Amino acid sequence: MSASRRRFLKELGCITLGAGAGIPLLDPDLTPWAPYPQGEGADAAAGTRQWAMVVDTEKCLRPEVRAACVEACNREHNVPRIPDAEEEVHWIWSEPYEHVLPDQVHAHTAPELKDAPVLVLCNHCTEPACVKVCPTGATWKRESDGIVMMDMHRCIGCRYCMAACPYGSRSFNWRDPRPWVETEANGKPVSDYPTRTKGVVEKCTFCAERLRTGRPPACVEAANLVPGGEGALVFGDVSDPESEVSRVLREKNTVCRRVGLGTGPNVFYVVPTAVPTAAGEGRA
Amino acid sequence: MIQNVFSGSKRYWAILAAWAVLVAVGAAAYSVQFTDGLTVTGMSRDVSWGLYIAQFTFMVGIAASAVMVVLPYYLHDYKAFGRTVILGEFLAVSAVLVCMLFIFVDMGQPRRIVNVFLHPRPSSPMFWDSVVLFGYLILNLVIATVTIEAERQEAPPPRWVRPLIYLSIPWAVSIHTVTAFLYAGLGARPFWMTAILAPRFLASAFASGPSLLILLALIVRRFGGFDVGHKAVRTLATIVTYAMVINVFFVLVELFTALYSAIPHDVDTFAYLFTGLEGHSALTAWTWVGDGLAVVCTVLLVVPAVRRQERFLVPLCAGVIMALWIEKGLALVVAGFIPSPLGMVTEYAPTVPEVLITVGVYAVGGFVLTALYKVVLSVRGRLQSA
Repeated sequence: MSASRRRFLKELGCITLGAGAGIPLLDPDLTPWAPYPQGEGADAAAGTRQWAMVVDTEKCLRPEVRAACVEACNREHNVPRIPDAEEEVHWIWSEPYEHVLPDQVHAHTAPELKDAPVLVLCNHCTEPACVKVCPTGATWKRESDGIVMMDMHRCIGCRYCMAACPYGSRSFNWRDPRPWVETEANGKPVSDYPTRTKGVVEKCTFCAERLRTGRPPACVEAANLVPGGEGALVFGDVSDPESEVSRVLREKNTVCRRVGLGTGPNVFYVVPTAVPTAAGEGRA
Repeated sequence: MIQNVFSGSKRYWAILAAWAVLVAVGAAAYSVQFTDGLTVTGMSRDVSWGLYIAQFTFMVGIAASAVMVVLPYYLHDYKAFGRTVILGEFLAVSAVLVCMLFIFVDMGQPRRIVNVFLHPRPSSPMFWDSVVLFGYLILNLVIATVTIEAERQEAPPPRWVRPLIYLSIPWAVSIHTVTAFLYAGLGARPFWMTAILAPRFLASAFASGPSLLILLALIVRRFGGFDVGHKAVRTLATIVTYAMVINVFFVLVELFTALYSAIPHDVDTFAYLFTGLEGHSALTAWTWVGDGLAVVCTVLLVVPAVRRQERFLVPLCAGVIMALWIEKGLALVVAGFIPSPLGMVTEYAPTVPEVLITVGVYAVGGFVLTALYKVVLSVRGRLQSA
């Protein structure tokens, strides 16, 4: 209750500040990740939007690009850094190319390519298997913009969504995550994003909280700030043919994960044009 | 009727006390899990369901199997089951209770479990599974208590219970079908995504449940002086035999489809079970013991001369239960997660607290079953002596 009020006040502050400074935060024509359309026409626009991301696997071969993305996300969302690999919580992280895109490799694929690290996150599927199986509606596909959302207060921790997700994108809090959240010197978590309790499932939300205030997802912003990482992650509305995401999808050879399952992922990958010369390290 | 629960021999109280001790041990272990979270179990990111959900799956089968005595008795007027029906129904009641408890102890946020009914999502098989399990519990509880109460008053059971009995027959099939759908609808898990899963579940249920019922009937005869009759035991043994043959056939059908098509993601899990995968083979020995037992028991059960002798039937029933417990209460659920969608082979082994909680949940079932069977023995015993 207090968290949502705090968020509301924060948003209100952002909007006031933005409007006051003359920054067109609320103008959907000028910012590709603009918040919900306001006023007239809002209903017509609702339900037509689908946020999507294109990951340029070649640009993400640079370890500093991946590290920046993962780090920005972890800090933004107070993702706990649990030392036990079996209980890790991930929102965005790296996996070997051959496991991310198994249909793109074969017996003679160069080992350097097979082992190349690729960023993975929730695919925000058009037909999400996790949403269908959730018995309580704690996870749902938001109609206004296609984000697969999570209500950490409704989740009963049955982990059915984890069994159903074909991408391993969901993490369960096997223990209380709070002791493992990065904190400031004063002991407070680095972000004011709500920390989670034990016994609930969490995952990437495409930074729904940032989109609401007109900012791109933390990972996208972070990648763009790294030299050589510009455009490593492209984010936008795939239902808008004019968006940058749509442009990249039109111009480049992209694939998505396990397309045969019909889940319709909205995270796409630009595959490397050549075998990487030096494979990056494994999981970031 | 209920007063029969509160009076009994020293042996009766000793059995109840033994169950209570196990329940207490399980409850103590659960309090640790409740405080620390599911980290106390052996489950992980990759194998996110383990012993609890596997026991749930196995026990749904035991619960559903009551239909194997109810159907012949009520639909075909098979009189030999007259004394077995009530044992089957009370077994179903205890088994459903155990199923619900296993779901409960598996929850990360058990205090929120009512959300399944406060915010139901009809597209989730788990919601429907909760609905059919609750329905089945109530049906069997009402049917069994009403019939035994009528018997105590030496009156025919009221007429209104008859439609409930008929309803309980398809309902029994539904609980195991929906439980199979929990798994079979997941594109992410090729090992479970097979149309034969529900039929397979039913076949194994109709072998393991009646096997347990035979053992219980023989225990009740020996220690409670209540004889269900030779004919009932014989018929149950025949049911076990047919169900086992069908179950083994279904498993072979699965193996053929996976191994002959040789599609890697179908083969991988079977490879993990039978030979180990990438050096991981925690379930290999279990798989061979389970499948070996299943084949040996099936072959021996098929021989009438063997099946009809109780000294052989008892170990065969125990063997069937053991084989199907390994198949459903261990391998099926865990192996579905291996390899993971990201190609990882992460193994699973339950921890001590997890095993203690599991024992505790079964002990609740044992406690309830003992009390319910005591009612049957008291009512029937009084009738016999009268």
